[in-house]
Amino acid sequence: MMHSYEIIQNGASRSFPTVDDSKGDDPKGDEFLTNTSGSGDILIYLGDVPQLQPDDTDRTVLIELDLECLGVHTGEASGTEGSDVLGFARYRNGNDAPGRLIELVRQPQSSEAAITAARQMFEAAGFDVVVALDRPGRIIDRLVRPQYNAAMRFLDDGLASAEAMDMTSRMGLGYPDGLIERTQRGDLERHYDISKAIYDMTGLAEYAPSRMSCVAKQRKAE
Amino acid sequence: MTSNIKKIAVCGAGGTMGAGIAIVAARAGIETICYDMAAPGLERARAQAGSFFTKSVERGKMSEEDRTATLARMTDTTDLNDLADVDMVIEAVFEDLQTKRDLFTALNKVCDEKTIFASNTSTLSITEIASGCGREDRVVGLHFCLPAQMMKLVEASQGMNTAPKVFQAAWDWAVQVGQVPVETQDRPGFILNAVLVPFNNDVIRAVEAGIATPGDIDKAIKSGLGYKMGPCELLDLIGLDTQVRLCEAFYPVTLDPRASAPPLLRRMVAAGHLGRKSGKGFYDYATA
Repeated sequence: MMHSYEIIQNGASRSFPTVDDSKGDDPKGDEFLTNTSGSGDILIYLGDVPQLQPDDTDRTVLIELDLECLGVHTGEASGTEGSDVLGFARYRNGNDAPGRLIELVRQPQSSEAAITAARQMFEAAGFDVVVALDRPGRIIDRLVRPQYNAAMRFLDDGLASAEAMDMTSRMGLGYPDGLIERTQRGDLERHYDISKAIYDMTGLAEYAPSRMSCVAKQRKAE
Repeated sequence: MTSNIKKIAVCGAGGTMGAGIAIVAARAGIETICYDMAAPGLERARAQAGSFFTKSVERGKMSEEDRTATLARMTDTTDLNDLADVDMVIEAVFEDLQTKRDLFTALNKVCDEKTIFASNTSTLSITEIASGCGREDRVVGLHFCLPAQMMKLVEASQGMNTAPKVFQAAWDWAVQVGQVPVETQDRPGFILNAVLVPFNNDVIRAVEAGIATPGDIDKAIKSGLGYKMGPCELLDLIGLDTQVRLCEAFYPVTLDPRASAPPLLRRMVAAGHLGRKSGKGFYDYATA
């Protein structure tokens, strides 16, 4: 089923930043923004999200998320929350350009019809779509940030050189790039922000930002 | 780079890893003794090696003459005494500290005093494996990746008593046979498993917490990170019982909560959901 969508943007969007052709950015972001109908059965908020109005819930509403949970915008009800309002984020490795993946964020009682509509809309625009429960880090950052923190701690502890660790990632684990180079390319300061946000919400030690990222954060602040 | 290691032995050559290491050595011109305690395993491994080299010939990577010569360089034995004159022994036996210690202690009585002992352990300490074997200065870690005949990476590590020259000799040999060694400290899991085992456990915990389906986790990792295989697919391939064993080797020496076997993993193993080999794991292979 084809869906039309309206976009309300307030400030910069992390999922759909201005495409820089010189950097080889994926043009799908621009296409998605220009293909909006001005109205439609799906309403998308990009950037800063205003306080939701009751009328908005008449149709599927998608809220672009950054580091926060969807519940920040919708409220929660002891695990029974859920409506036609969903969250989403286009995955980026830190501050790298976003790719094809859309993480669609649901709550326990989210409307299945809304999830289906949102999935169909993004897939029709050429994106890969996965559905994640409304938890810190969604799928990828939840899984990779502890790994990146551990890799940086291993480096600090002298387990191996950064080159050896990255080579092991590529040649032993089959990853397209090394854990250290990937974290640095995505910006250590952004790694700090993501890890800190998840750590604050979970209290789990593996999300405590690595020393290297703390240094990067402090240097940016100076 | 030239190595003085011209003849090696692989202990546990009837297993998947050992058989792969033997292939790596033999195809690089190294005389290779394939040792295992039971002959049937060696026979299977030899058949697999023959099949592997046949495919190499078909793909133009090896001539028929080379295939014949390479197989001729591989000698099977179940008698440890046949390893007396090798330059290096690489053990790829069961991942158990006492088993490896006992093997090296026995080899110390059999092998020439200059023979290097290399362990293919993926989780155990090289220093602890070497301890008490009688030649602690000649024990190194050479951890190959599965399948060894396809994967170039080798994690090379020294124990606390390893002589630098011995480590260099093992390193040079690895380079000579076409592998790519990386140096790691003698720490649990070295680099590869220290990174992978906790990550895979995190994935299992995410499934258990209902964060996403295994299919969506795999899709996210492949699309978002560019991995060739999703972590649930990988776990099904390596076997969920293997993941439990890795956790049991890894957690007690690290006390890292991420390395402890998640409850879902233990339940799946108890239910016989071991992955591809049992027909069911995170995915159902019965209809595949």
